[in-house]
Amino acid sequence: MNTPSPILSVADLAVEFDMRDGVARVIDDLSFDLMPGETLGIVGESGCGKSMTALSIMRLVPMPPGRIAGGEIRLDGENLVAASDVRIREIRGNEISMIFQEPMTSLNPVYTVGDQIAETVRLHEGLSKRDARDRAIEMLRAVAIPAPEARVEEYPHQLSGGMRQRVMIAMALTCRPRVLIADEPTTALDVTVQAQIFDLLRDLKEQTQTAIILITHDMGVIAEMAQRVVVMYAGRKVEDAPVDELLLNPKHPYSQGLIACVPHLQAVPTVERPPLMEIPGVVPSVSELGRGGCPFAPRCAQAMDRCRQQMPPPSTVAPGHQVACWLIDETRAA
Amino acid sequence: MTDQVEPSAPAAPKLEPDFVPEVEKPWLQTWRMFAKNRAALFGLVLLSVIVGMAVLGPTLYPADPYDIVWAPQSPPGTEGFILGTDYLGRDLLAGIIYGSRATLIVGAAAALITIVIGILVGALAGYYRGWVEELLMRITEFFQVLPPLLLAMVLVLLFSPTLVTISIAIGVVSWTATARLARAEFLRIRELEYVKGARSIGARNSRIIWLVILPNAAPPLIVSAAFAVGIAILFEAGLSFLELNDPNIMSWGYMIGSNRPYVLESWWAVTFPGIAIFLTVLAVSLIGDGLNDALNPRLRQR
Amino acid sequence: MQFLNSIGQRVLFGLVLLLAVLVLNFTLIHMAPGDPADVIAGEMGGATEEMMASIRKAYGLDRPFHEQLFSYVGKVFQGDLGYSYYFDQPVTELIFERLSATLLLVLTSLFLAIFLGTFLGVFASQNPNGMLSHFVTLLALLGYSLPVFWTGIMLLILLAAPPVDLFPIAGMYDVTKDGGTFDYILDVLHHLILPVVTLSTIYLAFYSRLSRASMLDVLGADYIRTARAKGLSERVVVYKHALRNGVLPVVTFAGLQFSQLFSGAVLVETVFSWPGLGTLAFDSIGRRDTPMLLGILFFSALIVIVANILTDISYRLIDPRIKTGMKT
Repeated sequence: MNTPSPILSVADLAVEFDMRDGVARVIDDLSFDLMPGETLGIVGESGCGKSMTALSIMRLVPMPPGRIAGGEIRLDGENLVAASDVRIREIRGNEISMIFQEPMTSLNPVYTVGDQIAETVRLHEGLSKRDARDRAIEMLRAVAIPAPEARVEEYPHQLSGGMRQRVMIAMALTCRPRVLIADEPTTALDVTVQAQIFDLLRDLKEQTQTAIILITHDMGVIAEMAQRVVVMYAGRKVEDAPVDELLLNPKHPYSQGLIACVPHLQAVPTVERPPLMEIPGVVPSVSELGRGGCPFAPRCAQAMDRCRQQMPPPSTVAPGHQVACWLIDETRAA
Repeated sequence: MTDQVEPSAPAAPKLEPDFVPEVEKPWLQTWRMFAKNRAALFGLVLLSVIVGMAVLGPTLYPADPYDIVWAPQSPPGTEGFILGTDYLGRDLLAGIIYGSRATLIVGAAAALITIVIGILVGALAGYYRGWVEELLMRITEFFQVLPPLLLAMVLVLLFSPTLVTISIAIGVVSWTATARLARAEFLRIRELEYVKGARSIGARNSRIIWLVILPNAAPPLIVSAAFAVGIAILFEAGLSFLELNDPNIMSWGYMIGSNRPYVLESWWAVTFPGIAIFLTVLAVSLIGDGLNDALNPRLRQR
Repeated sequence: MQFLNSIGQRVLFGLVLLLAVLVLNFTLIHMAPGDPADVIAGEMGGATEEMMASIRKAYGLDRPFHEQLFSYVGKVFQGDLGYSYYFDQPVTELIFERLSATLLLVLTSLFLAIFLGTFLGVFASQNPNGMLSHFVTLLALLGYSLPVFWTGIMLLILLAAPPVDLFPIAGMYDVTKDGGTFDYILDVLHHLILPVVTLSTIYLAFYSRLSRASMLDVLGADYIRTARAKGLSERVVVYKHALRNGVLPVVTFAGLQFSQLFSGAVLVETVFSWPGLGTLAFDSIGRRDTPMLLGILFFSALIVIVANILTDISYRLIDPRIKTGMKT
């Protein structure tokens, strides 16, 4: 069988930050693949390293105090961790683009949206001013902004949050990137606008076949948008599975917790709904990371002595389904 | 009453006694942060020396700074006059020692006036909003339009220069920055929950302004007070340089101004008083920077 | 349209402020201890009884206060700021003779300070713990702590006196020199250097610290991350995306500080005998020439107001978000 090779492949990624009292490893041992045309969801609570993963792929981790301490990020085989700054700038906005959580503050307030979209194509494709402006209008139309010829001259503060996020999407897609990273793209928006943005992303993806990494804390969004999902906790991958598999058959207690705390998310609607659950406790702060043992153990109802001493390695439980949890061993042994 | 717990209330999570963190008194914490800052400590030591000189100097070095004691323009070291004499033959060391009094008194008094007017205007504008704010901020703008030194010159000239008129004049021309700061702080704090809470239980406005908001607005205002002292000292020096000094009290600015025509023959007569002014203002601003760092810890990452 | 409207409002408010300055001036004359006529005549005028009578008549000092105020304001709006009895010349004429010298000094210093200060701050902000950042912090501390008139005298002693003798000691040009316009301009520039260096140092320190802080703030903004994510070079990110935002507080303060710049100019002009309004003000103190001082106060306020309106316009040109309450 000839499996297609991944467009983006992250292997053993580690990111460290210098803190006042030592070094914090905010991402450790992270590996995942993104297939061409796929939407990969990355879920987890805030502070679990999702955004840092995205910034690492873009090589936008603030340095200092941060740095990529190890591992590889391969775009079509090319290792981005080792690439030169010039090469990275050619890739950013061109082959890998990113949209951010805060549309209100992610656009420069003193330039028109048209200028900000046109800037990207002028940089990467060397278009003339006029052609770049035409492209900006075209992109605004593509993201369903009404009257794009007029909007192109407007400043960010004249647009609503949803409109601004559309502009961000237009800006990110204008050079037809191979990979789009969407970091909580709708968290700051109204629920109705959220749905519109996701519809838009889905449509655009069908047209362009761009692979998407969708970062979110919302399992509902994952269920709707993604084909595959990576669950992260405290800078590590705890589970990696196709979406249906994960929703029906989550193996890691953390994944189970994340799914149990979404009210309407049931594979089979039954009359008797299981009680809503919450995961007790909070994500450990960065300075507590890297202490050995499973980082989720303090919050895990099923934690064993082993969990507190040794980090569980990832093991494959089904085709394409990996879990890092000692409980898997237990069930196998049983 | 206090012993009874409502049966339906969820039990509060029990904290182990050793779990309760020891809470430091805020001023002690501020001092600890301040003391870590070597520049600020240096400023504090420097200022103490200058204050000590103002208080004890005349006892240790009894002299009249206006007395002509030796030949004019004698260089430093002549006949035991460590800093030399000025264009009239007055002892410069005596001038420096006695001049520190005018500097410190005016610096403190003018800064106090600055802060009081500034906080009053800013607090009322920020708390009451509406037409009060509009009016007070227009008045503030009015004072911002007038060059402060020129206005102070006019005031001092018209009401004749004494320590009192000089202090008032400096205070009157330099409160606008404090007022803007106080207003911004009051605007911010008045919207906070605990202020709304105080209002909802019917606390009087004056109580809310002075006992609820002001203490919480204090950190930046304290820092601005430190800087106001430095600015007032420079102002006093500038006015007395322009010969608008209290003629009965020696002042560093006056020493510079009166010796200015003779600088090419006796550089020391202007250099030493200038260094004295510089060191005093430097001490105050180092303390101000230190307070700023100690009171606004979240800005320290900068 | 909204733009013109708000500028119109500022101009109108500027006029109100000017009126307030006049009321203040007038009130001060009457509040000062002693006979207002004495205050107006000054001590050096050798005021004769005849002269006092003419002052009383000119200012209508025998009429009720509000009538006097009315006629005073009316006269000012006709360009009559009173009469300097020391110079025996109208105040307005004297001010216009000196105005250009002061504007040359003040504007050169301001633009130098803003330009150099902003770039120092921008460079420093790119390395918040680097040498340049420490230099900016040190410069700010010195600029704040040094009395400007003393700095000027020190520069005179070090650079304008033998043995170095690089610059003239005083004045704006050398009266003994002959030559064409070009020589004259060079001569004025030569005289201008030390006063400008003295006056601009304080503000250079201030603006470099301000723009460093503001740039550090802006460089952490989300839209800067967006700009980097587009693949823009660091140079474009800093000078196109960050600088235009980072310079906004500098512009705001340039307007606010204009009046303080005038204060500094009084001291610096006095040190270098620069023939501007500042030396005129200083000389008026010794002569107790009150109308002159009040005229200078009024005129500087006028210039500050005009400068504020210009600042307002440039702020609006840089920042498309129309901020109404930006001055307060």
